[in-house]
Amino acid sequence: MKKKISASSLKRSLSYVKRYKLLIILTLLLATVYVASSLIIPIIIGNAIDLMIEGTLFADKVAKLLGITVLVAAVGGIAQWLMSVINNRITFNVIRDMRNDAFAKIQRLPISYLDKHPVGDTVSRIIADVEQFSDGMLMGFTQLFTGVMTIIATLVFMLVLNPIIAVVVFLLTPLSLFIASFITKRTQKFFAQQAKTRGEQTDYINETVENIKTVKAFNREEDVSENFTEINRRLEKSALNATFFSSLVNPTTRFVNSVVYAAVACAGSLFAAGIFGFSAILITVGELSTFLQYVNQYTKPFNEISGVYAELQNALACADRFFEFMSAKDEIPDAQNAVVLEKVKGNIEAQSVAFSYDPENPLITDFSVDVKRGMKVAIVGPTGCGKTTFINLLMRFYDVKSGSIKVDGHDIREITRKSLRKNYGMVLQETWLKAGTVRENLKLGRPDATDEEMINAAKRVHCHGFISRMENGYDTVIEENGGELSGGQKQLLCIARAMISDPPILILDEATSSIDTRTELRVQRAMKDLMDGRTSFVVAHRLSTIKEVDLILVMKDGNIIEQGSHASLIEKGGFYAELFESQFAH
Amino acid sequence: MLKLLKNMKGYGKECVLGPLLKLMEALIELFIPYVVLNMINNGIEKGDTGYIVWSSILLVGMGLVGLALSITAQFFSAKAAVGFTARVREKLFSHIQKLSYRDIDKLGKSTLINRLTSDMNQVQTGVNLALRLFLRSPFIVFGAAIMAFTVSPEASTVFLLAIPALAVVVFAVLLITIPLYKKVQSRLDRVTSKTRENLNGARMLRALVKEDDEISSFNEKNGELNKAQKFVGKISSLTNPLTFVIINIAIALLIYKGGLRVEIGLLSQAAVIALYNYMSQILVELIKLANMIITMTKAVACGKRVQTILDIQPSVVKREPNNEVSDSLVEFRDVAFKYSDGGDYALKKVSFTAEKGETVGIIGGTGSGKSTLINLLCRFYDTTNGTVFLKGNDVKGMSESEILLVIGIVPQKSELFAGTIKSNILFGNENATDEEIKEALDCAVASEFVNKLEKGIDSPVEQYGRNLSGGQKQRLTLARAIVKRPEILILDDSSSALDYLTDLKLRRNIASLDYKPAVFIVSQRFTTIKDADKILVLDEGEIVGIGKHDELYENNDLYREICESQTKNA
Repeated sequence: MKKKISASSLKRSLSYVKRYKLLIILTLLLATVYVASSLIIPIIIGNAIDLMIEGTLFADKVAKLLGITVLVAAVGGIAQWLMSVINNRITFNVIRDMRNDAFAKIQRLPISYLDKHPVGDTVSRIIADVEQFSDGMLMGFTQLFTGVMTIIATLVFMLVLNPIIAVVVFLLTPLSLFIASFITKRTQKFFAQQAKTRGEQTDYINETVENIKTVKAFNREEDVSENFTEINRRLEKSALNATFFSSLVNPTTRFVNSVVYAAVACAGSLFAAGIFGFSAILITVGELSTFLQYVNQYTKPFNEISGVYAELQNALACADRFFEFMSAKDEIPDAQNAVVLEKVKGNIEAQSVAFSYDPENPLITDFSVDVKRGMKVAIVGPTGCGKTTFINLLMRFYDVKSGSIKVDGHDIREITRKSLRKNYGMVLQETWLKAGTVRENLKLGRPDATDEEMINAAKRVHCHGFISRMENGYDTVIEENGGELSGGQKQLLCIARAMISDPPILILDEATSSIDTRTELRVQRAMKDLMDGRTSFVVAHRLSTIKEVDLILVMKDGNIIEQGSHASLIEKGGFYAELFESQFAH
Repeated sequence: MLKLLKNMKGYGKECVLGPLLKLMEALIELFIPYVVLNMINNGIEKGDTGYIVWSSILLVGMGLVGLALSITAQFFSAKAAVGFTARVREKLFSHIQKLSYRDIDKLGKSTLINRLTSDMNQVQTGVNLALRLFLRSPFIVFGAAIMAFTVSPEASTVFLLAIPALAVVVFAVLLITIPLYKKVQSRLDRVTSKTRENLNGARMLRALVKEDDEISSFNEKNGELNKAQKFVGKISSLTNPLTFVIINIAIALLIYKGGLRVEIGLLSQAAVIALYNYMSQILVELIKLANMIITMTKAVACGKRVQTILDIQPSVVKREPNNEVSDSLVEFRDVAFKYSDGGDYALKKVSFTAEKGETVGIIGGTGSGKSTLINLLCRFYDTTNGTVFLKGNDVKGMSESEILLVIGIVPQKSELFAGTIKSNILFGNENATDEEIKEALDCAVASEFVNKLEKGIDSPVEQYGRNLSGGQKQRLTLARAIVKRPEILILDDSSSALDYLTDLKLRRNIASLDYKPAVFIVSQRFTTIKDADKILVLDEGEIVGIGKHDELYENNDLYREICESQTKNA
């Protein structure tokens, strides 16, 4: 299963890279130029060294060769720089493209997905994983490419210079690869151990620091520190293993390198000294120096290539996480012939609606209600009875399992979501403000509102006062989720925002829960004005706030068990009456 | 950073041996070109096969010694780095446990978590790398130059030009890019926060039909990040090509100068090759050095961040107490308090007493100072003026743990731990029997839902109690405080998620607790506190009324206003 995802992730990630085909070809060409230049220089230098013989005039010929060296170096340097610039361009553009797609994906995902998946996890998929994937992929490929090319080219050059020494090198170097992969395989176990313990520790840190006030309130600092130390000691052990064993790769491959170096020096010297007597394989001192340079240059890519596998592996793991997010099912798209609603009148009808978040636990089983335009409807009931769920269905954040909800006679599944939602104004218990100025936040629902309208609304819901006292008034930048504003202030801003956007249907889900009752009393009139002439749904804990509505729906276990006006329900003496009385119980 | 490194104590041996062995390894490396030089001079020129073979064996031997040295060095540096980090992390963790509420609020929890996790990891990588390479790289660079001088001082003047030129390139690129990387980071932060904002606010944004606007605003921010990344990339990728070019120019000069000396018989071919090899060694080492400096700057920044936390003195410690005493279980005498020096008073001139078995209700609007009062009672903060007495004595003379021994608190926000229901209740009192746990759950009106769970009190609780509803969490935190059997029980607006009937039952249960604690109930709802023996009405940090419900309703305008705003007659 896991493998399968990787294969498809690889395919999908390649589609992001493919857009930069030309750049990739170009970077490969540049890499070739760079590798060639770094291999040609030792040959030129070798030739120059061979020209140095005591008593001969040397300067002119050598100067020319050295001039070529500098030129080749310059070409190689430029190629290397351009290659890096192009590689960066590819990496960063792939990152950008992936993130843009992911962000657009967020907008298409059903709310149910967002409700179920922790925000931090999704953010890390879009930010950290994308970066690691792209970095790893590119580094992996360029290192692999330049590495393989350096190795092959060096071998070819060596073969041309002196086949026998080349064979010596050729036979010895795989040792380096072998040792590296041997060690890497052994260390993987230690890395897995380390990752596991580190994860455990991070969890423990998250929990104890998030709950630190409780830890302190119950005098548990020492116990908690003891537990932490226990985990930390285990982490220390596994970290030592992982760090030490993984650091063995470098010295051992370097040792193999020095063996190759010695072998080349030995064979080269013997040939140069003419020991074997074959003139065909005679080698000059300059060529020997070229060989020695090559050996140094040539084992480096082996080190790098041994790391490439791990890097690509990690990149693919990140790609998996990213594409897992991208593969989440989109919201069911709007029907092809979906109606685009203009401003609606606000007649809403629910017919035997059934719904549940998971099939095992049916929540709403049979819910019907007929709301005429301009009616104020309150939904009350104990926690978990399905009040908020009904709001979710109205807004089409979730779709009904059976039955239907109609707005002005149109089934809401046959209306485009956007045009449906444009007709709603919503204030929730969990306030949400975006990072930006107060003005941007207030006008979010209707950016073309005038400042006058904005200030009027702010005054009516009693937030003009504290906004004016803020550093830059309406232009004060607030952090995401309101920063230092109190819960009550945030709710007031959200109410003002709904007021400015002037929708025909209004949803107030515990909209005043964080506002203290005195302020609430003052805001009440504004709320009443706000609801006037609009179809409104109000969910509230405090029953005192909803007495004046036209219709009260009393919900319990997902169904409406009573409905009617406040007076009639009290008179009936049922569940609502009990709930209402309990508020003022003695 | 230096202060942080003091924690290295105990790893002295490792810290000395690690780099030292690395230096010895480097020294061996520096002699390799020298051996080759002799091989050519003595072996090739004189045709001495034996010399060539023995020299080759010497080279392998040197490699072997180098391997042994390097492995031992890696072990020591890994041990020191990992051990050091583990030690600092423990110290940091227990230090964080000592911080007062005020300190924690000021720093923010996410900062503390980051310090303990990612910052510490960076420090570990940095220390490990530093022990291995910090001395080695400069040593090789200068060592190679010195060795070159021993071969031919005249030809080696090129090194004197090349090394500074290379150093300038490496450091200039670093200095230019470090601030640019910061810019990239801040743009990345903007992209991250836009993503988070959209995930958190998905409902609202869709309700407002803002999807398309948000996409274009994200694409713009993402594009800015992309531009910044590419720009800094262009500069930072100059290092390698420039060093490549400089080194090769230097090599060309070296060969030329060397060659001139060979011409007149002052230098051998072999010596020129040795010089050439030394120059190449420098190139390899410089690239390593540049990478190391980047890692090191990060590690140092992280180390500094860790040290700032360690430097914070917990603001609440045992102090010289006020000599006055009080006859009550709890007394506030002229207490005033500010959260920050420049800020407004959160509490002004607050005085009241509470006795054993008494119920004290605290009511007032948002920001009236209710929670502040509780925070002072627990000495999570110290008063700015005035004295808080607990069991007759000034709380300033008591340690946090002495105070919290007598107090059981149920906070506004329910904080639970991964484990079971039982383990969470035991957090309040580890010696509680199952019987006592059951009683506490009964009292907190939690038994009903706990019994419905498959495994009863042994049912699992996920991290932060994610698998429980708000009301369930509140009741468990209540049970946790009740099982402690504290002399003072504080309910800080902790029944907000409960419906009225459950809330009522709960208050009745608490009133009949057999160990008769003094109970402080903070609430916005007057029904929750109207039966209290004493009600404190708070407004903008001042007590504007103390008394029983009936008296206050009669005489106190604010209290009556609050009540009326919550009754059917409003």
